[in-house]
Amino acid sequence: MQFWIIQGLNSLSLGGLLFLLSSGFSLIFGLMRLANLTHGAFFMLGTYFAAVALRSFEGLNIWITALGVGVTVAAMGGLFERLVLRRLRANPLGQVLVTLGMSFIISDACLMMWGGDSIPVPTPRNLQAPTRLFGFVFPTYRLVLVGCAIAAAVVLYLLLERTRLGAMIRAGVDDSQMARAVGIRVSNLFTMVFALGAGIAGAAGVLGGPILSAYPGLDADMLPLALIVVILGGIGSLPGAFVGSFIIGTIYTFGTALFPELAYIILFLPMIFVIAFRPQGLFGRVIA
Amino acid sequence: MKWLATIVIVASFALPPFFAGDFYINLASQILIASIFALSLNLLVGFGGMTSLGHASYLGIAAYVSALLTSRYGFGHGAAAMLSLSATVVMAALFGLIALRASGLGFLMITLALSQVLWGLAYRMSGVTNGDNGVAGLTRPAPFGIPLETPASFYWFVLFIAVLSFLMMAIFVSSAFGSSLRGVRDQPRRMAALGFNPWLIRWITFVYAGFWGGISGLLYVYYHKYIHPSALSITSSAEALLGVIAGGSGTLGGPVVGAAVVLLLKNFASAYVERWNMLLGFVFLFIVLVMPAGIVPGVEKLTARFRGKRS
Repeated sequence: MQFWIIQGLNSLSLGGLLFLLSSGFSLIFGLMRLANLTHGAFFMLGTYFAAVALRSFEGLNIWITALGVGVTVAAMGGLFERLVLRRLRANPLGQVLVTLGMSFIISDACLMMWGGDSIPVPTPRNLQAPTRLFGFVFPTYRLVLVGCAIAAAVVLYLLLERTRLGAMIRAGVDDSQMARAVGIRVSNLFTMVFALGAGIAGAAGVLGGPILSAYPGLDADMLPLALIVVILGGIGSLPGAFVGSFIIGTIYTFGTALFPELAYIILFLPMIFVIAFRPQGLFGRVIA
Repeated sequence: MKWLATIVIVASFALPPFFAGDFYINLASQILIASIFALSLNLLVGFGGMTSLGHASYLGIAAYVSALLTSRYGFGHGAAAMLSLSATVVMAALFGLIALRASGLGFLMITLALSQVLWGLAYRMSGVTNGDNGVAGLTRPAPFGIPLETPASFYWFVLFIAVLSFLMMAIFVSSAFGSSLRGVRDQPRRMAALGFNPWLIRWITFVYAGFWGGISGLLYVYYHKYIHPSALSITSSAEALLGVIAGGSGTLGGPVVGAAVVLLLKNFASAYVERWNMLLGFVFLFIVLVMPAGIVPGVEKLTARFRGKRS
């Protein structure tokens, strides 16, 4: 019983982390029709920044770190979109290749700066004590992480559904030519959404740090998880990313715990199933 | 004249072992292997319009199956090669079924995810694949009793296979089937209206490309006598894709030139800088931003202009 409950919680916290990672990917894809392969690298960059910041400044608050790193990575993403991706608007394949090239550059730069050993990210001191609930002991930080993901989901949902900016983004997703025609600056939206997605990935990297720690290859571990989540949930759909994250989080956690060698195969079974019977994903719409 | 020129060129490929040092002969073998790999990927990317970021799967599967069968289960090289190519074809057929449910970026993401899964398996299933240590202590085959241990003999062996596979792929794309493949790439709906089955045409191409990817995988493992999960990594797929794009996708010569450029760059750059991945990333940016059509079409355009001026 203890095993199932603890692993269940681990599933939830990994799911929350995956949502933070894949929601940005999904947003970017939905608006820009761009598979951003730099996304895993943005996440890893966030984790390394967190490792450096939290280890060199004793007592630095992890939430402030996440905010600061998120803004930094968002700025980098925005610059990348403005300077490089923008030139390739008419060339989707070129865009993918450029994001792939960028991910190589970032991950190699991390390796150069911080070496090949993994760097643990300290858990915030006030969250280190375990929480007792119903006679079971839970790591508090993981509980908080689940809360974070839900909060982020609510904020993103409100941003997209209840604000003017969100309405413009939705208009751009549905019909970008028409949106341009009625005076929405879709190209500015592209920069904003790309920066937002990159920023969320960077902040997710910070929050995931205490669980995953920063190591070379973190980007290559996280990117396929994000891909599987969005393929499963439906590319460009926020609820899809949310549901897909928790499905994949659960499967991955229990898979690794029960069949460690086969976890990777089990992980992609639901993806195959969805592709076979519902190629647009659980919550996806058919892209006209 | 054209035939004569072709024969002279092919014959000149056979010459390096007579004057070059072992280092360069080995480098040439590696270039040929990378060329087969890039050519097979080009069937998908250039002629089929299906950009795959998971082509290393087929190289890796063939290499791993052959390595494990010969080193651990005592198979002969002939049987191991047959079995590993069969495994590769089955794998490509399955992956094709999955990936071809989507097209465009969806196809790219699915191929990437599938190949990352294989990469993860090669790392984590250490009971079978030996994990991060890789499978070492492998041997090269001796077809018809001819040992391939010297760089020269191995080079000629690879050259023979490379010429064969180049011809087979050239015949494939210039056949009626190849025309229908290009038709499906450019106008899938019209082709469907004409009674072709676009899905089947794509799937057959996918499997055929997987087969030649498997051939290059066998040569790869024969050359290195060692296999490591990194052969399955996204970097490995990306290098091949860069070769195709850099050389010029949709041409027959392009991937050969591109693969050679990438490999030479990797070899010579790694003598001076440690950061191959970073350099690879910058080359990606450079090629896409500056030379999007690739080297071979670029040069063709230049020579066409040159000829136009003279005549």
